[in-house]
Amino acid sequence: MTGPAPLPTRKAEAFRYADIGALAKLWPLPEPESVVVPAGGSFSRAIVPDAGGVTRLALSIGKGAKAAVHVLNCNGDYGRVELDVTLHESADFTLGGAQLGAGTQTLEIVSTVSHVEPGATSRQTVRSVLAGRATGTCLGRVAVARGADGTDAAQSVRALLLDPAATANARPELEIFADDVKCAHGCAVGELDAQGLFYLQSRGLPLPDARRLMLAAFIAEAFAGAGDGERLERLARERLEALL
Amino acid sequence: MTMLQIDNLQAEVAGKPILKGLSLTVNAGEIHAIMGPNGAGKSTLGYTLGGRPGYAVTGGSVTFDGRDLLALAPHERAAAGLFLGFQYPVEIPGVSGAQFLREAANAQRKARGEEPLSGGAFLKLAREQAALLRMDMDMLKRPVNVGFSGGEKKRAEMVQMGILDPKFAVLDETDSGLDIDALRIVGEGINAIMRRPGKAVLLITHYQRLLDYVRPDFVHVLAGGRIVRTGGPELALQLEEQGYEAAA
Repeated sequence: MTGPAPLPTRKAEAFRYADIGALAKLWPLPEPESVVVPAGGSFSRAIVPDAGGVTRLALSIGKGAKAAVHVLNCNGDYGRVELDVTLHESADFTLGGAQLGAGTQTLEIVSTVSHVEPGATSRQTVRSVLAGRATGTCLGRVAVARGADGTDAAQSVRALLLDPAATANARPELEIFADDVKCAHGCAVGELDAQGLFYLQSRGLPLPDARRLMLAAFIAEAFAGAGDGERLERLARERLEALL
Repeated sequence: MTMLQIDNLQAEVAGKPILKGLSLTVNAGEIHAIMGPNGAGKSTLGYTLGGRPGYAVTGGSVTFDGRDLLALAPHERAAAGLFLGFQYPVEIPGVSGAQFLREAANAQRKARGEEPLSGGAFLKLAREQAALLRMDMDMLKRPVNVGFSGGEKKRAEMVQMGILDPKFAVLDETDSGLDIDALRIVGEGINAIMRRPGKAVLLITHYQRLLDYVRPDFVHVLAGGRIVRTGGPELALQLEEQGYEAAA
């Protein structure tokens, strides 16, 4: 094949909810940054795109190695973070992602996690808070190859909608060709718990403070255990202020 | 001095009338118990006083400390000195109990034009109140009510009450889910925190046993959305023996 791939349409699964207009201006996308974590090694990365755009990372995690990627996707009209992760024997991968959108922002985290050898573990947690007419999408694909027995993969995707016109898309996908695997996925889209809000208010917190406290706690689930979790939480809280 | 005056209060939940002309006066220094069969409107009374969304007042008035309570938002009611002890305290994952209580206490103080509590002063206060209810301080630092047993949740409610130091507490079935020892500890906690001049309590309960520890000045029977009978502590004993139908 010659020349760059054509601009995808929304018929392509991985771009079903993308902002194709914004994508056109960035097309063709640069090749993903490729990182190989050697056997027994460790890697961590915090991705906080300053102005949105498309961030692509391909990770190959060697035997017994560990990698953690934390994403705070909240800037720009269109922010898309693509992760392509390959886990070798007994490797360990953690993704903690938060998306905070308002106005007409379109934010996406698209991950493909391939367990190609036995005994590897992956943990993916994505939390989105969407206000205004923002769209937040999480497409997470977990593929377990033939022979990758003992795989332990978990995916938790949750979104809170603050306004009626905000949208969340969550699509966990599992493709399993091995035996003896443990794959869990869950996704939920909802609103802030009204009972919890009233409980906090009944103790004296004004409604905006009660909302802020609960949203910050919701987002913090994505950054639990992150090396620079505090910085990410602080940045997320700042963005929350703007949302509320 | 009248602290709470409820006059002909009518309220509905999801379009269904629950409180149908409830009147009650509570003076400073008094403890009132409200008893009554299931579905009488006891919890609705608590939530309506607390201002919970979905509990719509359709008539009557509530005056608290000379102010129109029903005109205030829930957090303003708290700052005015009202505390609502929940029958089912809500779990709030990820929010530290101590952090939330300090923010809440300081939000109340700000609303009253008082200086905020420093971190040190708050911790000292929290420690004292936790000790009063024999609760481990570490539990207070954990996410609000998450993983607490039923009894621990109720004790934690009382610790919150001690920290927030309200003038008036509405305690909705604070005794449910407590074992015998916890019941005594909670009862003693209520006395220590609330049995003071200038304070008052409305105890909503199904059973006489809490009243062995927290002796009420008045006992009311709530049935069909109204107070149908009022008496002294002996009324609770009579209810225990004869049931609501005979007593009301």
